[in-house]
Amino acid sequence: MKYRDEYRDPDAVSGYVDALNSITTKPWTIMEICGGQTHAIVRYGIDRLLPELITLVHGPGCPVCVTPMEMVDRACEIAALPNVTFCSFGDMLRVPGAETDLLQVKARGGDVRIVYSPLDAVKLAAQLMDREVVFFAVGFETTAPANALAVHQAKLLGLKNFSVLVSHVLVPPAMEAILSSPSCRVQGFLAAGHVCSVMGTQEYVPLAERYKTPIVVTGFEPLDILQGLTMCVQQLENGRYEVENQYARVVRRDGNVVAQELMQKVFKVTERHWRGIGDIPQSGLGLSDAYADFDADTRFPAVADTVSKARELASLCISGEIMQGLKKPTDCPAFNRECSPEHPLGATMVSTEGACSAYYRYRRRG
Amino acid sequence: MTEIIEFSLSCPAPKGHPECVVMAHGGGGRMMHRLIEEVFVGAFANPLLEARHDSAVLDVGGASRIAFTTDSYVVKPLFFRGGDIGSIAVNGTVNDLAMSGARPRWISAGFIIEEGFPLADLRRIAVSMRETADIAGVQIVTGDTKVVDRGKGDGVFINTAGVGIVSHNLTLNPAEVQAGDVILLSGDIGRHGIAIMLEREGLNMQSAIDSDCACVAGAALKLITAGIPVHCMRDLTRGGLASSLVEISEVSNLHLRVIETAIPVRDDVRTACELLGFDPLYIANEGRFIAIVPQEYAEQSLQLLRSDPVSAGAAIIGRVLPDSDGIVTMVTEIGSSRVIDMLSGEQLPRIC
Repeated sequence: MKYRDEYRDPDAVSGYVDALNSITTKPWTIMEICGGQTHAIVRYGIDRLLPELITLVHGPGCPVCVTPMEMVDRACEIAALPNVTFCSFGDMLRVPGAETDLLQVKARGGDVRIVYSPLDAVKLAAQLMDREVVFFAVGFETTAPANALAVHQAKLLGLKNFSVLVSHVLVPPAMEAILSSPSCRVQGFLAAGHVCSVMGTQEYVPLAERYKTPIVVTGFEPLDILQGLTMCVQQLENGRYEVENQYARVVRRDGNVVAQELMQKVFKVTERHWRGIGDIPQSGLGLSDAYADFDADTRFPAVADTVSKARELASLCISGEIMQGLKKPTDCPAFNRECSPEHPLGATMVSTEGACSAYYRYRRRG
Repeated sequence: MTEIIEFSLSCPAPKGHPECVVMAHGGGGRMMHRLIEEVFVGAFANPLLEARHDSAVLDVGGASRIAFTTDSYVVKPLFFRGGDIGSIAVNGTVNDLAMSGARPRWISAGFIIEEGFPLADLRRIAVSMRETADIAGVQIVTGDTKVVDRGKGDGVFINTAGVGIVSHNLTLNPAEVQAGDVILLSGDIGRHGIAIMLEREGLNMQSAIDSDCACVAGAALKLITAGIPVHCMRDLTRGGLASSLVEISEVSNLHLRVIETAIPVRDDVRTACELLGFDPLYIANEGRFIAIVPQEYAEQSLQLLRSDPVSAGAAIIGRVLPDSDGIVTMVTEIGSSRVIDMLSGEQLPRIC
């Protein structure tokens, strides 16, 4: 398959492994930000090909894993309402809240539907005029433009029965939270390629300089990751800390300006709670005042106090330490015992992009 | 079964076991297996069921044994590229019989029809079943019809049961698999599941993907009649290739090792999987099976399979290693190794 096979070429893979072996002289800890990268690393066993001096830790870049539990509870509460058709991306359906998950809400009669694009939810709202159609707008800067477009389009169409439950998060504030933590072990980053295809590379420059940490914008195929690692290790070995772009076939310096403008129009930057990490200032997106009418959170008043219960439970979870790179999934005493994908105890086990799930699938006994 | 979880690190999501049936219980993966074990095997326990085969092989006193199986079909949409609910209802049951090396002979057809279902569609399904049965060499000899209120069904559900004649003396079972055996796959995987998904979700792709729905009995019987001492055959339906391999490794307690680059997947199927975040190993098939044979018969088996149109794309995809760890591993296309597990829950499209 074109544009795929060439990035999984075994000879080129061993070429990069050799290069890494020859340039690595000291121990380095590098974090890949994106869950898609974590998945590829574990699926292809890339970490096992690396020099022993290199330790990879898995970052918080899985939207399913970091969506706060109280938001999942709110989603379940709204989805269970008799007049609501609740639309979501597929892998949010299995994320456990404090009480239940969307799949079980569906099994009990809730109208919960998987959509492939938020625009499908807008289309549905135009068809089902006697029902409230709610879209669960989660994700990083990658999904934000399409979600912004959906809200914008609903407004243009004058749809009164469409709303979004927003739990958007932003990458740079999370990286800053990790870097500023006293227990931070991360010495270099592979930044999330698709996030940067929207946002560009410039917002990472101050981070690299302030924390003297190299950041390499990296893609998702095995060769992308190996090349990104090589560039990162090269910087670390040379004492450099720059923003470099491995994923130049997709990412431009300024990103997708049209998408950014739409995001700025529809959303505003807010504080956001990250599951397993906590509150991070200026780290999320909520609807801007001009689009506030489309906020499902205010349209459907909360019945239960989901926040305090969820926070109490969430404060005990090790997935936070995993997402900050302090621990590995296999360090968890529950891993592959009480906790498995069909019996997930934490969000990192739920999504296929979650670090625990990736380890479970590809690394259990292998 | 106990629901209480006790360990030092409490976790945020105590609700793992749903208290009612969810879609994943029908997905062919770990949850379905657990449901079957916990609810049905417990209630029905008997030695024939214990064999956990696609069909039960029954001794009825004569020179031959008979194979018996049943399956229900709830596919949506009812008509799709490369088949329809009728062709699947016949082929699925015929294929289950064939996996015990039986020659499929007779099947039943039970219809649960929703009020308001167009008669023209029902006729189309019946004709399709007849045509599929003719190709498979089986007769539909008994049946049943029930109608349910509008809204209590989804168009039409079909159940078929089948009987086949077993004329060989082999025991085809995962427990018969031996270290050193070779794993053959009858053709490219993933087409049925992707064809259905594209049609159901209205996703448009440039290339048309047809379901692989087909009767594999002829190909499977070629191996048996040629005298190949086949150890196990499995047709790959829900849960895909991965689930069948894992099942066999767990029952045989041997290590199955497959080579990713040896597993045929069509480019368009691969593309659809990449876009949706699916793994072809877990996608459903309706006309594919694996055969596990002693190494000395591997090449002959491959040629026999390739001589049948339904398995012309057959390939040797791996072998059975002596390690008694009961797992499946795969040499990936970049040359590393990974564990293959059974699907947990449903395969859900990823966010990004």
